[in-house]
Amino acid sequence: MSTPARSAPALRRIEPSAVGAVVFRELTLYRRYWRSTTFSSIVEPTIYLLAFGFGFGSLVAQVAGYDYVDFVGTGIVATAVLFSSAFPGMFGSFVKRTFQKTYDAVLAAPVDTEELVTAEALWIALRSGVYGAVPMLVAVGFGLQPSWGMLLVPPIGVLTGFGFAAFGIWVSGIVPSIDSFGYVISAVLTPLFLVAGTFFPINGLPGWAQSASLLNPLFHCVELVRGAVFGLELADLGHVLALVVFAAMMWLLAVRRLRSRLVL
Amino acid sequence: MTSQRTPEVAVDLGLSLRGVVKTFGALRAVDGLDLDVRSGTCLGLLGANGAGKSTTMRLLTAQAIADEGEIEVLGLPVPAQSKQARAQMGVVPQQDNLDIELTVRQNLEVFARLYRVPRAGRGEAVGRALEVAQLTGRADTKVDDLSGGMRRRLLIARALVHRPRLVLLDEPTVGLDPQVRQELWALVDALRSEGVTVLMSTHYIEEAERLADDVAIMHAGRVIARGTPTALVAEHVGSRVLEVYGPPARLLEVEQVGRATGLPTRRTGPAVAVLRAETSDVVADLLPDAVARPANLEDVFVLLTGEKVE
Ligand SMILES: Nc1ncnc2c1ncn2[C@@H]1O[C@H](COP(=O)(O)OP(=O)(O)OP(=O)(O)O)[C@@H](O)[C@H]1O
Ligand SMILES: [Mg+2]
Repeated sequence: MSTPARSAPALRRIEPSAVGAVVFRELTLYRRYWRSTTFSSIVEPTIYLLAFGFGFGSLVAQVAGYDYVDFVGTGIVATAVLFSSAFPGMFGSFVKRTFQKTYDAVLAAPVDTEELVTAEALWIALRSGVYGAVPMLVAVGFGLQPSWGMLLVPPIGVLTGFGFAAFGIWVSGIVPSIDSFGYVISAVLTPLFLVAGTFFPINGLPGWAQSASLLNPLFHCVELVRGAVFGLELADLGHVLALVVFAAMMWLLAVRRLRSRLVL
Repeated sequence: MTSQRTPEVAVDLGLSLRGVVKTFGALRAVDGLDLDVRSGTCLGLLGANGAGKSTTMRLLTAQAIADEGEIEVLGLPVPAQSKQARAQMGVVPQQDNLDIELTVRQNLEVFARLYRVPRAGRGEAVGRALEVAQLTGRADTKVDDLSGGMRRRLLIARALVHRPRLVLLDEPTVGLDPQVRQELWALVDALRSEGVTVLMSTHYIEEAERLADDVAIMHAGRVIARGTPTALVAEHVGSRVLEVYGPPARLLEVEQVGRATGLPTRRTGPAVAVLRAETSDVVADLLPDAVARPANLEDVFVLLTGEKVE
């Protein structure tokens, strides 16, 4: 056709309408299953909070200059964000790509892989921004002082969640079967969330482990949340930067991996 | 567009593939494919399992990237401008990929957005698609609870929600009962009468004969014959077929008669068909036990590909 296409989309790499359409699909589905998703995303971190808060809280009153409930009540945000982003990223993408062939249907429409990945990660990130804040609110019930800085916690959760959602999508394009996620969870995610300064301060660890934790995005999330709630410092800019770099890297890896899986 | 081609050629073709090759490792799934579909016509792509029909469809939506050759869809080069092309195409995949957790209406709403139907027109587009699928009364049923035929109708209606100018149908009626197949044929007929370009792959010869303006027979990744069903039949198998059913020994004799009279034969299970029977005065007398019938597209297909068909 020499005439322009009737609804020819602009030649933009990431079109908001394409991303919006994929997010709309997720939102429509979410209206069906929000109860179970919300339950598992909130209850698990809250259990960690209560177990550590009461269990350890009775042994140690203060950690790193914080009341223990303040320490765990803020650190737990990162755990909640991780659970509500990496898991849906891995399992959801795998199911949609291999079993349901949803991604094939989407890519037959005027949507490209980078738009698909962006939409999927963005949707999960928005959700985990909300879910991440919930255990902190529970902690408020147990004595964590409310502060205006807490309003920054959902955006921090969204940024961190975007990176881990993209990580999950990337991994979903690598594993040969859905059972393989067990390896990723045990070998990668569990260490990340245990050694992020959530439950105990990392300055109790050997020097090499402290250096290594600088590579742990969850550590930066924990520090940033504590900064937001108890007072920001200049160093927190570094944490933001680390999370942005993490998110960008994971997005790139996820797009490349998924494209090679979806476009033959 | 900055194309150098003459506009007449560009406007005339809904899609074209030139010398297209697609390999999967050592396998050449599409192997030097040349194929044109004129705007507003329906091309039936006939081929046995593994002939490369689905791979061809994927190449047209840039869900597979060709190793060699050139592809144009609605005048746009693919994959370079595939997104614009996809915006005006509807795709009915071989494998059902509806959202089973969503209702009929929700599936259509999602696709109206994926295909950028403007907000003001979305409700109407979804309503029209519901009518096409004859599922207006089941709009709020979960896809999981639909019958196989209903699902297939929805899969087709979903591909039409944005009024595409080109529709790719990959074996749209496979596994459906004859009644549902008839319904879907009516649907494809309606598309053609609206001037939509259709590329439809199928195993069912009858379907191609009934729906397609033109048929391309695909074998091992390339088109080995192309034309209207009538022309293909006339060219390759003549007008009259003599068919003999019998024990293996009798079938061998019949094949010898074929060779003696210079007529092509083909074997299908318990029968041998002697093609182009109208060109011989003697063959009917030599085969008194034969049943005469008009030649059809199936004879062409089996003769050219050596494959069996449903
Ligand atoms: N992703 C893939 N990886 C490797 N080989 C593939 C892939 N997709 C298709 N093939 C091979 O390419 C060839 C053509 O497959 P294709 O699906 O295009 O055939 P088809 O004509 O659609 O067959 P059917 O009628 O069975 O659907 C087959 O040999 C198939 O095994
Ligand atoms: Mg196929």
